[in-house]
Amino acid sequence: MTLTLDAPRIVTARPLLRVAGVTKSYGPVQALRDVDATAYPGEVLGIVGESGSGKSTLLRMMNLEEAPDRGTYTLDLEDAPGNLFDLDRFARRMLCATRIGIVYQNPHLGLLMTHSSSGNVAERLLVAGERRFAVLRDKARAALAASEFPLDRLDAPPIELSGGMQQRVQLAKAIALEPALLLLDEPTTGLDVSVQALVLDTLKRLQQERRITMVIVSHDLGVIRTLADRVMVMRRGAVVEAGLADQIFQDPQHAYTQQLVHAKL
Amino acid sequence: MTPVLDIRGLSKGFVLHHLGRNLAAFDDISFAVADGEFVLIKGANGAGKSTLLRTLYRSYLPQAGQILFRSDHGPIDLARAADVDITHLRRTEIGFVTQFLTARPRVSAEALVAEPLRLAGIAPDRALTEARHWLRTFGVKAALWPAYPTTFSGGEQQKVNLARALIRPRKLLLLDEPTASLDAGARTALVRRLADLKARGAAMIGVFHHPDDVAHLIDRVIDLTPDAPSQEDRHDVVV
Repeated sequence: MTLTLDAPRIVTARPLLRVAGVTKSYGPVQALRDVDATAYPGEVLGIVGESGSGKSTLLRMMNLEEAPDRGTYTLDLEDAPGNLFDLDRFARRMLCATRIGIVYQNPHLGLLMTHSSSGNVAERLLVAGERRFAVLRDKARAALAASEFPLDRLDAPPIELSGGMQQRVQLAKAIALEPALLLLDEPTTGLDVSVQALVLDTLKRLQQERRITMVIVSHDLGVIRTLADRVMVMRRGAVVEAGLADQIFQDPQHAYTQQLVHAKL
Repeated sequence: MTPVLDIRGLSKGFVLHHLGRNLAAFDDISFAVADGEFVLIKGANGAGKSTLLRTLYRSYLPQAGQILFRSDHGPIDLARAADVDITHLRRTEIGFVTQFLTARPRVSAEALVAEPLRLAGIAPDRALTEARHWLRTFGVKAALWPAYPTTFSGGEQQKVNLARALIRPRKLLLLDEPTASLDAGARTALVRRLADLKARGAAMIGVFHHPDDVAHLIDRVIDLTPDAPSQEDRHDVVV
């Protein structure tokens, strides 16, 4: 039994992010099947599911790293016209640099491991067209401070840093240009539990202070429960259930979600 | 005036897929609650008292019926309202008070209590001052205010939770055994705060293991025990 909910009536803002009918196959493997997703301004959308559920593929598409076979993606921003999957390579790169931030599980995907940490953050600003040295330095420093990176290690390259610190550099790079959308792909997976708590706390604080819209993908239900307002459950490329975070965890409707929640808690 | 909450034909059960079974919680409940009214929910263990509160808060999805809430933005059916609308109402008009604190790693007691005010746009220093006032009122020692409640005893966590849940006046409060295992001082503070909020017009629906604690606040009793008379006036019943 699925209950259909009404359209929003109290919240009149349009969703910042809207993905509709996204379908993607890799050869015989159907990675995404007709996926819809929305996130309202300031909302944290969590996506859970086991490995191979398509959740990371969906996130990569939200970061415009690849295009689906079918489907649309819009961001309710003046400088993001129409279906973003139709943008040319240059427009795509510009939009990603200025409006979308991403933190990967694997810092090698997001960082130049042998460049300085502040340089990694400044690089994002350079891509967006900033050339003044003092502005680059100050903005990079501010973003690293907001990510609670120790400022006496600004010159250290990520390769010399711990996993938690590497994630902070990625986060600083992601928020340096105050993006409208922050994408997080298993941001705390592989970190020690104590470090994980610190990174989660930083994310929660940034979210509350900046009302930034976030999409977070994780197989760790505790992480999702801590951060997300709303949760989408994916399996074999399809969305099986979506709802308020507490409802998904306390009253899961779908057999698969029940299995997932009961396995974890 | 239209009631603040009008529940019509509400039913809830749980489909347990791995057992292939349906677990009924309650069926076809109807009652209304006016501003400033305190409704006590009673019933045997397993009658669905807490389930009803969680369904009204939409932590549980109802299976049938309506929950008509008179929000500041007009009437809305909580049974079917969009998730974002529910999130908004939880931040502004509908509160849920339990005995359990959801502590977050590395967030101090005072920051946790101040959070609902900060989310409502109140300046951080003012929110903090008010948070400390409520921590003091509920009997949390000042030395603990900047500490992380993850390490507190159950009783201290509960006080932090009450301060957080009641710091901001709400139009509707759902109370799920908030007095259970509280010490006498904190219980007095809680009952006083509830009486104050009620006098200012907050409607309350509560489940209490020992309703004596709040006896003088109760306007009406609703019995969820199957085949019980559906509702009784306060003066007819010995709680």
